[in-house]
Amino acid sequence: MLIPCPHCGTREMSEFSYQGDATRTRPDPASADMKAWYDYLYNRPNPAGPHREYWQHTGGCRTHLLLTRDTITHEILSVAFARAGLNAAGGRP
Amino acid sequence: MSPRRASAGGLIDRGRSIGFTFDGRDYTGHPGDTLASALLANGVRLVGRSFKYHRPRGIFAAGADEPNALVTVLKDRVREPNIPATQIELHEGLAAESQNRFPTLDVDIGALGQLAGPLLAAGFYYKTFMGPVIGPLRGTRFWMLCERFIRHAAGLGRAGYAPDPARYEKMNAFCDVLVVGAGPAGLTAAEAAAKAGRRVILIEQEPRTGGSANWSGETISGKPARDWATALSERLAARGNLRLLTRTTAWGYYDGNTVAALERVSDHLPGAAEGVPRHRHWSIHAGKVVLASGALECPIVFPGNDRPGVMLAGAVRRYIGEYGVLPGEKLAVFTNNDSAYHAAAALKKAGGAVIAIIDVRPEIPSAARALAEEAGVAPLLGHAVVGTAGKRLSKISVQRFDAATGRLSGDVRPIDVDCLTVSGGWSPAIHLASQAGGDPVWDEARLAFLPPAPRQDWLGAGAFTGAATTAEALTSGRDAGLKAVGKRPSRAKPPTVKAPAIDPHPAPVFEIKAKGKAFVDLQHDVTAEDVRLAHREGFVSVEHLKRYTTLGMATDQGKTSNVPGLAIMAEARGLPIGEVGTTRFRPPFSPVSIGALAGERHGHFKPDRLTPMHDWHVENGARMMEVGLWHRPMIYGEPGETIEQAYVREAAAVRRSVGIVDVSTLGKIAVKGPDAAEFLDRVYTNTFSTLPGGKARYGLMLREDGIAFDDGTTWRLGEHDFLMTTTTANAGRVMQHLEYFLDIVWPDLKIHLTSVTDQWAGAAVAGPNARKVLEGCVTGTAVDTEALPFMGIVHGDIDGVPVVICRLSFSGELAYEVYCGAGYGRHVWETLWQAGVPYGIVPYGMEALGTLRIEKGHVAGAEIDGRTTARDLYLDWVLSKKKPFIGSALMDREGLIDRNRLRLVGLLSLDGQPLDSGAHIVESGGLETPGRSIGHVTAACYSPALSKYIGLALVKGGKTRHGTRAFVSDPLRKRFGPVEIASHHFFDPEGRRLHG
Repeated sequence: MLIPCPHCGTREMSEFSYQGDATRTRPDPASADMKAWYDYLYNRPNPAGPHREYWQHTGGCRTHLLLTRDTITHEILSVAFARAGLNAAGGRP
Repeated sequence: MSPRRASAGGLIDRGRSIGFTFDGRDYTGHPGDTLASALLANGVRLVGRSFKYHRPRGIFAAGADEPNALVTVLKDRVREPNIPATQIELHEGLAAESQNRFPTLDVDIGALGQLAGPLLAAGFYYKTFMGPVIGPLRGTRFWMLCERFIRHAAGLGRAGYAPDPARYEKMNAFCDVLVVGAGPAGLTAAEAAAKAGRRVILIEQEPRTGGSANWSGETISGKPARDWATALSERLAARGNLRLLTRTTAWGYYDGNTVAALERVSDHLPGAAEGVPRHRHWSIHAGKVVLASGALECPIVFPGNDRPGVMLAGAVRRYIGEYGVLPGEKLAVFTNNDSAYHAAAALKKAGGAVIAIIDVRPEIPSAARALAEEAGVAPLLGHAVVGTAGKRLSKISVQRFDAATGRLSGDVRPIDVDCLTVSGGWSPAIHLASQAGGDPVWDEARLAFLPPAPRQDWLGAGAFTGAATTAEALTSGRDAGLKAVGKRPSRAKPPTVKAPAIDPHPAPVFEIKAKGKAFVDLQHDVTAEDVRLAHREGFVSVEHLKRYTTLGMATDQGKTSNVPGLAIMAEARGLPIGEVGTTRFRPPFSPVSIGALAGERHGHFKPDRLTPMHDWHVENGARMMEVGLWHRPMIYGEPGETIEQAYVREAAAVRRSVGIVDVSTLGKIAVKGPDAAEFLDRVYTNTFSTLPGGKARYGLMLREDGIAFDDGTTWRLGEHDFLMTTTTANAGRVMQHLEYFLDIVWPDLKIHLTSVTDQWAGAAVAGPNARKVLEGCVTGTAVDTEALPFMGIVHGDIDGVPVVICRLSFSGELAYEVYCGAGYGRHVWETLWQAGVPYGIVPYGMEALGTLRIEKGHVAGAEIDGRTTARDLYLDWVLSKKKPFIGSALMDREGLIDRNRLRLVGLLSLDGQPLDSGAHIVESGGLETPGRSIGHVTAACYSPALSKYIGLALVKGGKTRHGTRAFVSDPLRKRFGPVEIASHHFFDPEGRRLHG
């Protein structure tokens, strides 16, 4: 699988680390809502088809990318920096 | 009567001879031969024994589809088993031997197993070893009794024990268009793409390009096809934008249009220069792939179809056309289609006597009839071969056959022949396309699976797409090449091909049902009856059929057996073949050497990380150990010392005077920016925003789920400037953890993280005399208690090198960590060392470091093991109640605060014997019958301070057991002994020495 890193260019998957499901949201840090924390930490959908997920370019620029990847075909439907601000600035912090 | 070299023809160099041995006998062949063609040329027909029944087997095919003729190649002491003789290029000194026979190929005891044939049918292992057989003879015990004999009797070649001295290498390559297969279709596709100026890679698994052009006998553009192919290949190879790789098999199609290929660089060059690799593995990342991988011929299944002398018709054409080998003197052809008539004509032309053409069809087209006339024989239409005889084929029997009903009738007629060439039609080699995704499509007219609709960016050309003629191959190749570069198909006339116009549609006859073993999968000895047995026993899906009978699971991946096997199952189920379907093809297409996958990398695949002081350690007698990727001193042994004596001496010296240890491996992360303090408050359980400049603080991190993650000290060097240290083992993981939160959870925080582990060298100077050592060499700053209190930080110089010194302690002694730029590491270390000599300074290693920390009850990786919480480790005091932090929401879940959790304690050995980490702790029992475990030892040592064997442990209930007795139980190391459970703060619990 090749991942088009918006900073470094298209690179082999082995340069990246999978960093999990991007559809979850972290509860407020002070929240005591256990269900929300459990959903955030443990409950994962396992979709067959497009899935939003984080990949870190650990062997490159080390930024986290937000990918939409088809879990059946491994086709990457979209890719952007996970940090929205980086996208606007064209990758420059 | 035997095969022999024809008097003329072939692409071999008849002017030169090459000597080789097979089963110890000397033979000769010519450059251009394969081992298979050379063996045939020498009259050798019996080349192996079959997998299960030890039946005699010969050469069946001519390429990668060969199921029978597997041999072991011997190179000095290295044995490489299971290589098809058809894929070994003949070279001087080649030595090969046959497989799966004892004592010799000709006289094989294992063949007696044929008598037990019915017992060895599909499912033999399940039935024999899982169900009841004869009373107690069943199950695992029975299997263990039989295993050795079965493994000896069944199987392929024997691997050797000698290490492989060959070199292997790996390549990554990129191209716009990758063309797989350099037959007529592949060559024209590559030409079209290359002429458009694109970067093209053309790969061909054979040593020669040209594919069928090498043996078809056709003409292209008025030239012999092979001359046309040679000229075109040479033109292409001369281009700057095309790379031609021969002897290269594309074996896997992966995501992102990545094709894996194996190039056999020097197997055929026995005297290759040093440094030339044996195999080279290619990962080819292609914009577009043109699959022109051709087609494979199917056999017809009939009794005795495995006898040496039975060969595929296309293979026979190739032996004649490419190698000038006549596979027999008296030949017969058995077919359900026209293509085999080419073989008949070619056999006659090469000087063989074609005795009979047996065709299952009642009528044949005129082109086929004309070819039969060329062969000089009238075809026996509506007939079938029903049996064969001879260890090497000497006789076949034929009978009248009705293709519509499959019924045999009339007399069985024997015919004396020494070679029977068989054709059951052609199947496109769709393996790579299937790997790329999608279901192959059954074509009822061609009786073959055609490639699936592309799931990746590939195009097909030639016989791969089902094209039956060279003319179609040339057109489809050129158009695929143009399409691959975004151009429209050409209207220009393709080169003209002169060839008989034959009908590509075979009759739907896959099997002749008569008495005797009829093989579907020759390599795994799967018979037609096995397939029907699987059906009767309910294994009807193709996936079950494959696993139950092992059909198509041999090293040839069922290249010749797939379609007949499915056809027999379809018939048994009464379904069309298309509905039965086929299993998905999986990589590799052909076997791949493990060496090529490993490439240049031997031993472990990780980098070796050495600290700047590494050489000093080695020069001063350190015995090094691996800690993660790092090499660290374990002990600095003196002559005659045991490991225990060495670390006890080192640890005692630290407590008595002073020692120095290399701590460069600690993870170091620079945390800088206006929000740095806020960030640290969120990631650590305790507070860092209140830490004054020039001070350090111990910190603990939890995971999101509340489990302890890592600990270390973080130093505030300036208002917005922190240096975080992590444990050696977790440095990478902590960095990633922080980056994740910064990028995804808190993108608004203004900070930057930089890993500076490798930029700083560090030495810890510990012991009552540590300050005196520093005073002897540090300039530019005072280091007394006032200037440098506990957890204080100062900047200074050591012999001109700027250093940062922090007074903190892992050993419990007065201690300092001294950091400098990595390049000065050794210099600073040696200067500190010199300053310590008056105090008898000793260097100490990991064992002494561990001993000192166990005596103090400090936790490390063995206790922060991914299961323990801060409370389990009695680190409650670092859990801030004033702010949320990572893990705070979930750390007090019911299960994580249970009273009976494993919690940290100390252990004292009561029998004067060592404790071992990993040992369990029990309350009762003995060596053979220990009671239930209540915990385990995490770290242990001999404590010079206590003069006892001590350890740390995680025990149910923790503190509540202080002062009680238990036992360590370690049955594997035969250790059972009494211990006292105590506080883990063994030594100086008040910490007086630290402040000394």
